[in-house]
Amino acid sequence: MSEVVLHRIGKTFGDTVAVEDLSLTIRDGEFVVLLGPTGAGKTTSLRLIAGLERPDCGRVTIAGRDVGRQSPAERDVAFVFQQYSLYPHLSVYDNLAFPLRSPARRLNSDEIDRRVREVARMVRIEHKLQSRSTRLSGGEMQRVAIGRALVRRPAIYLMDEPLSSLDAKLRAELRLELKRIQKELGSTLLYVTHDQVEAMTMADRIGILSEGRLVQIGTPREIYADPANLHVAARLGQPHINLLPTDLLPGAAPPSGASAIGARTEHLEIATDAQGNAEVDWIEHLGDQNHLHIRVRGHKLVTLADPYLSIKPGDRINLTLRQPLYFGSDGERLR
Amino acid sequence: MSSVKTTAHSVVEPTPTVKRIAGAIVILYALVTMIPLAWIFLTSIKSPPDSISYPPKIVFTPTLEGYCNLFTTRTRQTPDYIQALPAPSSTCDEITRGRNMVIAGPSNYWPRFGNSLLIAFGSTFLAVSLGTLAAYGFSRFRVPLADDLLFFILSTRMMPPIAVAIPIYLMYRQFGLSDTALGMILLYTAVNVSLAVWLLKGFIDEIPREYEEAAMIDGYTRLQAFWKVVLPQATTGIAATAIFCLIFAWNEYAFAVLLTSGSAQTAPPFIPTIIGEGGQDWPAVAAGTTIFLVPILVFTIVLRKQLLRGITFGAVRK
Repeated sequence: MSEVVLHRIGKTFGDTVAVEDLSLTIRDGEFVVLLGPTGAGKTTSLRLIAGLERPDCGRVTIAGRDVGRQSPAERDVAFVFQQYSLYPHLSVYDNLAFPLRSPARRLNSDEIDRRVREVARMVRIEHKLQSRSTRLSGGEMQRVAIGRALVRRPAIYLMDEPLSSLDAKLRAELRLELKRIQKELGSTLLYVTHDQVEAMTMADRIGILSEGRLVQIGTPREIYADPANLHVAARLGQPHINLLPTDLLPGAAPPSGASAIGARTEHLEIATDAQGNAEVDWIEHLGDQNHLHIRVRGHKLVTLADPYLSIKPGDRINLTLRQPLYFGSDGERLR
Repeated sequence: MSSVKTTAHSVVEPTPTVKRIAGAIVILYALVTMIPLAWIFLTSIKSPPDSISYPPKIVFTPTLEGYCNLFTTRTRQTPDYIQALPAPSSTCDEITRGRNMVIAGPSNYWPRFGNSLLIAFGSTFLAVSLGTLAAYGFSRFRVPLADDLLFFILSTRMMPPIAVAIPIYLMYRQFGLSDTALGMILLYTAVNVSLAVWLLKGFIDEIPREYEEAAMIDGYTRLQAFWKVVLPQATTGIAATAIFCLIFAWNEYAFAVLLTSGSAQTAPPFIPTIIGEGGQDWPAVAAGTTIFLVPILVFTIVLRKQLLRGITFGAVRK
């Protein structure tokens, strides 16, 4: 089976630490998303698995083989790049057939043709097979790029923000398609993104990377509801989690040592009350929901609110905490 | 202000007057640069007396005498001898006999022209091949002292040929490379490779390395990826570089004069040695020059799109 294991991997570029002591297991058939900001080591992690970079220390095994000395071609991985994904001098068909024509595989042309057409159907690009790859729209290009990975059955698919250059609508569409295809094929996939929506919607497990370290890994639900520290809590949730002093609002039961309370929308109860403890500063109407900007004794909060809640800027409301998250002074979660 | 139109790129569209003036300047410039070429061509179809008449003749009777003289060697004969010959077999025969001469045999022009073709295209091929590989290396690998090496490569172009002519002459004599096509090919390759490396490095730097990485993950070795993915995308740069190298090698005179005299002589040192009776045979020289221009003209026209991009590269984003 094609389990991929990173064991205590480290990689530096000059003085910059890209990845530090990274251990991660991607189980067979699992969709793992690495989430983190730019420079967190996401892309480097993928490149280390693919063999495009060599780790300074640590070990990578794919399906039980130590691949440390193997070239990218020998590792049996497929990679989807963030951009420059298609060979511009080739047609869509030739792009899709390119991995199958490699000297490492040498399939006969009937088999190549069959698989190219099958994948083209899967990524819905059959009608453009003969087009020059440079004549495609951004979404089509990225579909072909994903198709070029899917045309093979590698041990693992590695995808480096494949949807980030697309507009929001396409991104949402391809997100669904990609998840559908991965389920259909039962393939193992490591996906890198800084988009929390992509991570939450597609992942079986999410790994949060920060400054080259894996901070937490778990199901989307675990990562969201039970973050290990402030950094993880801040990665997920829209609007951004509110950090408040422990004694600002009622309803909190801070454990000893807690220095901050993290409150997302679901941790805040709003009641209209002329004598309330908070004042509505500003309301952003998003249509299906409202962003409420609230001021409590000099502290600012942002939370979601029912668009039909009849409040306006300047109104007073009463805010109560409901099982918020507690953090120590080092940013670690206190339970 | 209302007359100023802007396009989607918000570049101010030139007005018709500006366009007309610009067009006139370009045409004027083209005419000025083409006068020497026209002069050479017209001289090639003049008779020897017409070619040196003063003031120059604009209206004259065209003749192929220059071309005949270029391609043949001739001997002077008495009119009686010529009278006794059978009827002339070609136009050149006839023209030559009109000057009281008969054709003795072919001249050395075509062999010299062949040398030029062999040496210029041979060295261009080598310089561009080596240049592409070197440029790829500089572009993609961490070469120790890369900047110094690149500067060193460029510095070989900084001195005039005459500065290195004597050492090269002595060296070539030592190695038996004097007056050989191989020697000239090696020399022009050495001179051109610096230009090729610098030009091509610019082009290859522009090709994102993700393409090769993708190919390597897709099951190809680095060399196969270079061949299948990098080269096809570098064709524009390679074509532009090839033209520059070819033009240099084709026109090179100083080294050719110094290092070749016989079997490996190229056309540029040969053409001025065409001597007629009683001085330089200018129509023959002009004819030799006219024909000499043709290959480079054809090559440039075939690759002119690439050449244009080559000249403006860096300024234009794909």
